[in-house]
Amino acid sequence: MKYKSVFDIIGPIMIGPSSSHTAGAARIGRVARHLFGRKPEFANISFYGSFAKTYRGHGTDVAIVGGILDYDTFDTRIVDALTIAKQEGIKVKMTEEDAVTDHPNTARVIIGDKDDQIEVVGISIGGGKIEIIELNGFSLRLSGNHPALLIVHNDKYGAIAGVANILAKHEINIGHMEVSRKEKGKEALMVIEIDQNADEVIINELSTLPIVQQVVKIHD
Amino acid sequence: MFRNVAELIELAESKKCKIADIMIEQEMGVTGRSRDEVISFMDRNLTVMEEAVLRGITEDVKSHSGLTGGDGKLLQEYIKSGKSLSGDLMLDAVSKAMATNEVNAAMGTICATPTAGSAGVVPGTLFALKEKLKPERDQMIEYLFTAGAFGFVVANNASISGAAGGCQAEVGSATGMAAAAIVELAGGTPSQAAEAMAIALKNMLGLVCDPVAGLVEVPCVKRNAMGASNAIVAADMALAGIVSKIPCDEVIDAMYKIGQSMPSALRETAQGGLAATPTGRELEAKIFGIPLNEK
Repeated sequence: MKYKSVFDIIGPIMIGPSSSHTAGAARIGRVARHLFGRKPEFANISFYGSFAKTYRGHGTDVAIVGGILDYDTFDTRIVDALTIAKQEGIKVKMTEEDAVTDHPNTARVIIGDKDDQIEVVGISIGGGKIEIIELNGFSLRLSGNHPALLIVHNDKYGAIAGVANILAKHEINIGHMEVSRKEKGKEALMVIEIDQNADEVIINELSTLPIVQQVVKIHD
Repeated sequence: MFRNVAELIELAESKKCKIADIMIEQEMGVTGRSRDEVISFMDRNLTVMEEAVLRGITEDVKSHSGLTGGDGKLLQEYIKSGKSLSGDLMLDAVSKAMATNEVNAAMGTICATPTAGSAGVVPGTLFALKEKLKPERDQMIEYLFTAGAFGFVVANNASISGAAGGCQAEVGSATGMAAAAIVELAGGTPSQAAEAMAIALKNMLGLVCDPVAGLVEVPCVKRNAMGASNAIVAADMALAGIVSKIPCDEVIDAMYKIGQSMPSALRETAQGGLAATPTGRELEAKIFGIPLNEK
């Protein structure tokens, strides 16, 4: 079931005019911001499908940039997000793509600074609900509704067991988990939605596993 | 967890409780939140809806494009003239539905029900019925849970996205949700609520999403108006004992299949329907400088 909560239906509280094109876009931008972990210096955003055709009318542009500024769907600063981003020195570039995507409301967001960058593909599936379907070239499915851990690791035996053992030790329950890799034996990504929030101690412990390259935490 | 309307009704009838109670219990189970927390969350949504309605019927709301605003207020003045043909309650619901969507179009704060483009129907009907049925705050919150329960089924079995399923998935779903919630608020049975949803949604099937200039304004605001009136009529029919020959779940399934076979031009791309009329194109050109399809 895609929708689990009644507040996916009656909600969110948001700045208009469109739940999928405004609220959903803000949420995609915000997940990207949380994954990056800090204010970026640039944001390159590509719109596909209905997003590409109607983003200006729906305020998708201001909303997604508002999300990148870490604003929630009901934050009235969304209306001025493009101006605020400019004031804060974030270079924003938007592109309308012609390519046909599986979902009509798709956005690709690349944000970063001189040290690092991330690439996120999000879809807005209706009523403000979103899914992240790609991160740095890895396919995944992340609702952003629960706290989650994203773990970049070597595609090798024992990786999942090592991570799961640490979570079990700290009494963290796994709600949803998936593993994907670009190529056998190379870099892989674990996406773990958890029922409790993982604190710094757990993140540090996971980071010390020899097989783990990077751990990112997302709050709900 | 209920997966369809039949299971939802069965649960409410076997437990001899309201549909709202089933939804509240399920929410508690899924999120681990207490009853008070779940209710206070919905209370907050209700407050946002109330403020949007009030703003729309009292202030001079105008969208950035200038396409919409002020019609909810205009209708309130017409009601006061005492000349209304369709009845004060009906027009009050229509006015309050439009008011909400006008606030939405002006980038004001609203609560999506189930989406922003269809955010007028559920609160519009609720705040009109408030005048007649005089519900307590608790009952108004229950109204939203009941509407949410039906919307939950539609979202999981069909779609609530105009880009995926057309306007029938947005205003259509909202209309069905409102019809069911009206029945429960008016004291009808769970199965009457399902009949109202079926009757309402049947009359929204095939409705395309064709916003002029891609804006959630024309025809969205007036579709919410008609959605609100449709919901009240459907609720009255169900309360009178009229049943839908096609069961609610099958209507939802039909909506989904119709959405899938709708061309992309009629699914929120501003490429067909009213968006592609000469006047629609003219308005689009005026708002953006150049028509989107000639870029």
